Amino acid sequence: MILLTRRATFSASHYYWNPNWSEEKNFEVFGKCANRNGHGHNYTLEVTVSGTPDPITGFVVDLKWLKDVIEDHVLSVYDHRHLNHEVPEFETAIPTTENMAVFIWKRLELPVASAGGAKLSRIRIYETPDIFAEYRGELDATRGAAG
Amino acid sequence: MIAYFTRAYTFSASHRLHTDALSSGANRTTYGKCNNPYGHGHNYRVEVTVAGPIDSETGMVINMATLDSIVRTKILDRFDHMNLNLDPLFASQVSTTENLTIEIFNILFDALKPARLHRIRIEETENNFFEYTGS
Repeated sequence: MILLTRRATFSASHYYWNPNWSEEKNFEVFGKCANRNGHGHNYTLEVTVSGTPDPITGFVVDLKWLKDVIEDHVLSVYDHRHLNHEVPEFETAIPTTENMAVFIWKRLELPVASAGGAKLSRIRIYETPDIFAEYRGELDATRGAAG
Repeated sequence: MIAYFTRAYTFSASHRLHTDALSSGANRTTYGKCNNPYGHGHNYRVEVTVAGPIDSETGMVINMATLDSIVRTKILDRFDHMNLNLDPLFASQVSTTENLTIEIFNILFDALKPARLHRIRIEETENNFFEYTGS
């Protein structure tokens, strides 16, 4: 089995806010990430798929096809947007890096599988070069968070 | 939903690779210029990965302010601008980055509880890096 990763970048703004909490608690927990006018990042997204190379093409997936899938299902929705105000999943979920990894997984899992040759293995998203979150499709029976 | 959150930290420290279990000649052969008598230094970049469910109230695996505070107290205050060989951790083992990775994992594994430390990855230079996941 081969793991194959395609990298993409996008820029977006967001802020962290739990509407069930007071303003004081939001700032206590989230700090300056709670500033209501938002702030932005240059995100780097790594999409890793796993599979066996096709005996004829030698591809696990066609990278151009994977690039288009990422563009159609993620970048066209997230890039140059305010995540809290313009991306449906973040009307209710807080757009933390962790939640972004989970929702990007949900956006890509079926489209990647539909090609037949590979399955989604890992989403890694960098908020800055020193901060990143990963989701590998692992479910936790005790606590459901991001849907 | 189990997710993984990683934050990178840097510190600068010196060390010398040398073991009294080997002759000076064998030390020289084994460790090369890393055995030079007065040591040398690196800018270490430490990636700390925490695994766990995403808290439904915060959207987070761990609050970064909490993580920063623990890493600063337990790791950066201890190792930054220090000579690793003089730390008690390296009194009886060589201060290779393999051993440093394991020691930092063990320190943070306890300090981060109840959060679950998943991995420590240390870049000694941009071309050398080491990982440990506790097994």
